[in-house]
Amino acid sequence: MEDLSFDLAVQTVRALNQFLHGPADTLAGRHVRVSNPDGAHNIAVGINAPVKVTIEGHAGYYAAGMNKFAEVVIEGSASTGVAENMMSGKVHVKGFASNSAGASAHGGLLVIDGDAGLRCGISLKGGDIVVGGSVGSFSGFMAQAGRMLVCGDAGDALGDSLYEAVIYVRGTIKSLGADAQIEPLTEADIASIAELLAAGGLQHEPASFRRVASARTLYHWNADADQEY
Amino acid sequence: MSHTEQPVHVTRRLQKEESASYDRSTLDYIHRASATGLYEIRGLGAKRKLPHFDDLVFLTASLSRYPLEGYREKCSTRTVLGTRFAKKPIVLDTPITIAGMSFGALSANVKEALGKAATAMGTTTTTGDGGMTPEERMSSKTLVYQCLPSRYGFDPDDVRRADAIEVVLGQGAKPGGGGMLLGQKVNPRVAKMRTLPEGVDQRSASRHPDWTGPDDLAIKIQELREITDWEKPVYVKVGATRVFNDVKLAVHSGADVVVVDGMQGGTAATQTCFIEHAGIPTLAAVRQAVAALEDLDMKGTVQLIVSGGIRTGADVAKALALGADAVAIGQGVLMALGCNRDTYQQDGQIHSAEAGYAALGTAPGYCHHCHTGKCPVGVTTQDAVLEQRLEPEWGARHVRNYLKTLTMELTTLARACGKQDVHHLEPEDMVALTVEAAAMARVPLAGTNWIPGQN
Repeated sequence: MEDLSFDLAVQTVRALNQFLHGPADTLAGRHVRVSNPDGAHNIAVGINAPVKVTIEGHAGYYAAGMNKFAEVVIEGSASTGVAENMMSGKVHVKGFASNSAGASAHGGLLVIDGDAGLRCGISLKGGDIVVGGSVGSFSGFMAQAGRMLVCGDAGDALGDSLYEAVIYVRGTIKSLGADAQIEPLTEADIASIAELLAAGGLQHEPASFRRVASARTLYHWNADADQEY
Repeated sequence: MSHTEQPVHVTRRLQKEESASYDRSTLDYIHRASATGLYEIRGLGAKRKLPHFDDLVFLTASLSRYPLEGYREKCSTRTVLGTRFAKKPIVLDTPITIAGMSFGALSANVKEALGKAATAMGTTTTTGDGGMTPEERMSSKTLVYQCLPSRYGFDPDDVRRADAIEVVLGQGAKPGGGGMLLGQKVNPRVAKMRTLPEGVDQRSASRHPDWTGPDDLAIKIQELREITDWEKPVYVKVGATRVFNDVKLAVHSGADVVVVDGMQGGTAATQTCFIEHAGIPTLAAVRQAVAALEDLDMKGTVQLIVSGGIRTGADVAKALALGADAVAIGQGVLMALGCNRDTYQQDGQIHSAEAGYAALGTAPGYCHHCHTGKCPVGVTTQDAVLEQRLEPEWGARHVRNYLKTLTMELTTLARACGKQDVHHLEPEDMVALTVEAAAMARVPLAGTNWIPGQN
């Protein structure tokens, strides 16, 4: 099917999103190119169809937010909350991503070629995040499920109050958050890392990553609380 | 006996003089704290006495005003929410809505009962933390879907299925604090919906993961509007603290409806220090919220829902008279379902719940043990046996009756004030019984023209 173009210099984000919310069977397999995004907010949010969208420049807040099934490529950088609450599909940021990239995503794959800002993967509930560069402080905060792979460094308080999500980091970790701990890599981890590297089109030695997961000491309140008094 | 000696009964009383600062309840608090090393967690709302709607009375009609006939003349309760931006505003038959309470805190049976009652009464239910259950969506004709800091089970399909979206910043029982669900209530279904390990003591986040501050919130609301193609109203809910500023910022952020939850609002579980010591009373919150809307010339454009300790039709009437467009009720509705009742009905039989209360170390009338998940009347539980004690049909009937009673009381008071529409009630229809209530509600102290702080 032929490509379809939206020029945000003359058309509105509203018109683009309305089109992208059309019937899934008419959108399936189509490729929508979005030119002159110029950092507009809420581009391609709430898609519910296997459509491909290419944003030819920088995107503002919540690009591809709550995505289902679609493949969204951002050729520039993305602002806060890219692919937030994604359910499935793939979002690829070729530049950098700002804060809260992939926040509370339940599924799908988010690939960021450059660095990501603060709170990358905060509240993650499934799905995978692959970062070619480094991530800022409080990344993986309260992440519940899913995987994060960071090829560069991590800032302060990585994985604070983690539940069952797992974070792999290749570079330095400035500090771990409460209840996060470094654990030895297992065979399954090596396979996971190789899989995530392949998904992100990256080439590193899987064994050069470290695994960060929850020590699970915050799962229950003070055990003394049940004592008689 | 020499004249310097005290009579023996005075000596006895002095030996047992109670301290105001260190009374029994403070001593119990310190003894408990020193034994456990952990703050107390409980359910429901503030237990201490606070300035409240009881401190206001209506100046119903007499010679200077003309009443409507109590049973015959028309008195509209129709309420429309979300007229600012949404293509499909919410139209209610009564201004009394059911507050957001989660599946997890409540059983699936309870959620179903609430949906049925709300549908019968032409009002809304609200999902709460932890996602939308099919039971609730099917039973509730008009359903408000909450977007909370935790984003547990948050799903764009449910956003599309909802009739309105409520972005929750805080709750009156614990403004500034995240939710809690203790492990006993995190059963396999709840755990799966929230993507949590079974049985963990779940601590919800207190901040949203993807926005900070009102300018971000404006973009977040726009995202929700874009996803729903600008059809559904977006509510913003705040716990009552700096209400005047928070309501203004919520309006600035693009809310269609602002929900203000006062400190008497309930919770399924939080620290007692939050419940009793954070936030302001609902009475004070209403007037500040209305003042903010008036200051922005947004009264009537952005609707105000007030919650937190609304129990009776009189409370509803007073909240509306102070300027609320609607109210939301949580605890009152749970009590209609049997919370703190000494019996429950199952399979057509009435059973005593006393043993269940006793097992929790409490008694009907005093129970606040929602956090334990061992609700003796099957309301705030995920236990497979206990949850059967609340049958959806029985529950729906009681909640419907409760809301019906409140709506009748509301229109009775409105008619007596000479109003054909409950939304025509105004502050001038009321006076206050205490100086505190007069200052908070900005109505005169009864028998005077004095509004403290105003004149």
